[in-house]
Amino acid sequence: MFRQELHAFWAVLTVLLVIGVFWYAACVPMNIKGVLTEQERTGAEVQPPSAKERRDMSEFGLALNNRFAIPATWEQERPRLPAPHQVAIEMWETTAQKKITSKRSLFYHGWVTLSATMLGFAIGTGLGILLAVGIVHSRVMDLSVMPWAIVSQTIPIIALAPMIIVVLYSVGVQGIIPKAIISAYLSFFPVVVGMVKGLRSPDAMQLDLLRTYNASRSQGFWKLRLPASMPYLFTSLKIGIAASLVGAIVGELPTGAVAGLGARLLAGSYYGQTVQIWSALFAAAILAACLVGLLGLVERTVLKRMGMAQ
Amino acid sequence: MIFVFCAILLWLFGWWLNGRLASGPYAGTRLVRFVAPLVFGLTVIGIWELVVRGLEVPLVILPAPSVIAVRFGGSLPVLWADFVQTIIKGALSGYIIGCGSAFLMAIAVDRWDFLRLGLLPVGNFVAALPIVGTAPILVMWFGFDWHSKAAVVVVMVFFPMLVNTVAGLREATAMQRDLMETYAATYWQSFLKLRLPAAMPFIFNGLKISTTLALIGAIVAEFFGSPTLGMGFRISTSVGQLSLDMVWAEIVVAALAGTAFYGLVAMIEKAVTFWHPSQRG
Amino acid sequence: MTTGAPVIEAKNLDLTFQTNDGPVQALKDVNLTVNKGEFVSFIGPSGCGKTTFLRCIAALESPTGGALTVNGMTADEARRNRAYGYVFQAAGLYPWRTIAKNIKLPLEIMGYSGKEQEERVSKVLELVDLAGFGGKFPWQLSGGMQQRASIARALAFDADILLMDEPFGALDEIVRDHLNEQLLALWARTEKTIGFVTHSIPEAVYLSTKIVVMSPRPGRITDVIDSPLPKERPLDIRDTPEFIEVAHRVREGLRAGHADV
Repeated sequence: MFRQELHAFWAVLTVLLVIGVFWYAACVPMNIKGVLTEQERTGAEVQPPSAKERRDMSEFGLALNNRFAIPATWEQERPRLPAPHQVAIEMWETTAQKKITSKRSLFYHGWVTLSATMLGFAIGTGLGILLAVGIVHSRVMDLSVMPWAIVSQTIPIIALAPMIIVVLYSVGVQGIIPKAIISAYLSFFPVVVGMVKGLRSPDAMQLDLLRTYNASRSQGFWKLRLPASMPYLFTSLKIGIAASLVGAIVGELPTGAVAGLGARLLAGSYYGQTVQIWSALFAAAILAACLVGLLGLVERTVLKRMGMAQ
Repeated sequence: MIFVFCAILLWLFGWWLNGRLASGPYAGTRLVRFVAPLVFGLTVIGIWELVVRGLEVPLVILPAPSVIAVRFGGSLPVLWADFVQTIIKGALSGYIIGCGSAFLMAIAVDRWDFLRLGLLPVGNFVAALPIVGTAPILVMWFGFDWHSKAAVVVVMVFFPMLVNTVAGLREATAMQRDLMETYAATYWQSFLKLRLPAAMPFIFNGLKISTTLALIGAIVAEFFGSPTLGMGFRISTSVGQLSLDMVWAEIVVAALAGTAFYGLVAMIEKAVTFWHPSQRG
Repeated sequence: MTTGAPVIEAKNLDLTFQTNDGPVQALKDVNLTVNKGEFVSFIGPSGCGKTTFLRCIAALESPTGGALTVNGMTADEARRNRAYGYVFQAAGLYPWRTIAKNIKLPLEIMGYSGKEQEERVSKVLELVDLAGFGGKFPWQLSGGMQQRASIARALAFDADILLMDEPFGALDEIVRDHLNEQLLALWARTEKTIGFVTHSIPEAVYLSTKIVVMSPRPGRITDVIDSPLPKERPLDIRDTPEFIEVAHRVREGLRAGHADV
């Protein structure tokens, strides 16, 4: 067993290494034109010398002709594709070397986004679970609401986000609440659908068993349906939190918000600060991974205590 | 105030009607399953209309459904042009490229165990990330037109499709594989005759998830820059001009496009995986 | 009783699985000769290696010691020559293919012409009493019919050996009796060599010309019984003294295997 895990570990490491090598290699053709223009300005001899000729040449040809410029493709200030270490340095400088409260700290921006995500996620899952319970217990709600909850999964409801921000802004609500609302409705529907599935997962035999005990509906809910729904709940929570985070990030775009990871992305794209975009992107990725990982951990612990996992 | 009163009455009537449908003699039939959500939807729209009129909610906060419908009907050429730009050019081309390349990659991953061990955890990890954040980068690389939108869609659908297809290709049971072994079948024979058909429910699951992701990617990418058309562009500029009826009209288009796209894939799925227990029921 | 040349020969066969809890000896020193046209049953409690032995013959497992020949070649060569048809515990029909298309599956893989495929399908469907069901999907048939279709699939390419791993284990007794009777009729008509794994004593005695009793830890053969019963066997042969005598000997063999654990 241990040997297999080691093997898998090496495989993952190899894949990551290949991605890294590929990334560095890609920096050369992506950035060579910009680098050559910069080098020319500082007086270096560039082949071919005219910018017009260079424009029509392939990036690989240029890199071959000007091998001296290749290291510079990994050190540009505003590259089209920053090298991994540039992103790492930027992330290090904007986390460890800045005060957490500083406007330039990634922790600060990450927290702005995270707090909206968590608030929205809590509201969305809470309401989602309530609606799921309603749907399972009321035939009317099942018939009327459930189809719409399913259809909502096929619609890019995130398109509502800019409108929600602006409308709430016009009635004087701003800050965390509008973003949380977007996060909430994005996590709401997956949780409803997953939870209904989970609450319905006990089979006929298990339900019949409770009927032989003459158990009440609430006993059936607490002792059978709710525990049985847990694996489904966690699966949809993981989908929901990822959706919530996307919602909070997109919610930061339309008003040109000054804080948050979405705002960093947008500002970076306005000013061509590619390194900043990439570091914001990685921060968002790490945040998402942490949130999903944390939920996974809770899932394992809960299911283990309930005796549903190995 | 009379409008609000009507809205409450309408709510009670809708509730009563669906209650009758749900407990009536035809409760389990397909007709009721179709009519009940329709009644609910119409009730909601009716209440929306009445409340907006009754409380005189300003247009910049929430336009009435009738206003949205009028705007929708009056801007068909614009909506159509936006639809073609965003859905057909951006989402659809990205969807086809992304799902297609993920499928080919899945075959390679399935063939070589090392790739599966190494790439699948990475794929699972990436599938949960906010990939839509790559939009500003891809817009910078591929320009404002639909190519960058298609690129965002490719990145968004690739990993969910990859993960699902790989899971599907491993779905054939050990016994079914042994059977192929007893026939001394070659790798490609067992792939085409056993593993690929067995993987179809999973492949379609990936394709269905990807339809929604494709639309999200194409629309959100336009928030980071676009030519002066496209659904995301129209939504963000109309929001800026506070013409919310136009925003809602675009959202109606997005909803219709999303359900139609999904429905189309689901229909093909039904035809291809008619044998699967989930489709037989 | 006339028996032909040896078809399956195992000499000092060993198979050890490496598991997380250390090595497990699934087969130890197995010696057996199966002649052409015989119906051989393998019987024993679970873990005795009867299925493992059958899988070795089919080259689905590789023995770690000893020699095994099938039709005079190694088991893997025999597999490549498509020397046998294999029937699993579950029918394992592809739900996306009709019964006829399921039976065509091995024929497609082995490259038979379209015309020959059709002919063979209708022939084997008749053999297993399923004529007229070729257009149905597996999930539209009962469990017994599905298992008959899977036998037809194994017969379709006309290998002389038929290997069956508890093919009727999941079926109820009434269906099972019926299928046992049909299988004997089929065997009489086709004169195939059959290896049959079961854990039912009456089934083994009723079907076989040779009964191989096995026992676990390590998996080995404890007794080989040549059946004195005639080839013609109506169902009520099971009430005759000869039948009960053989069944008794099998039961004794199984008990002896257990005693020395």
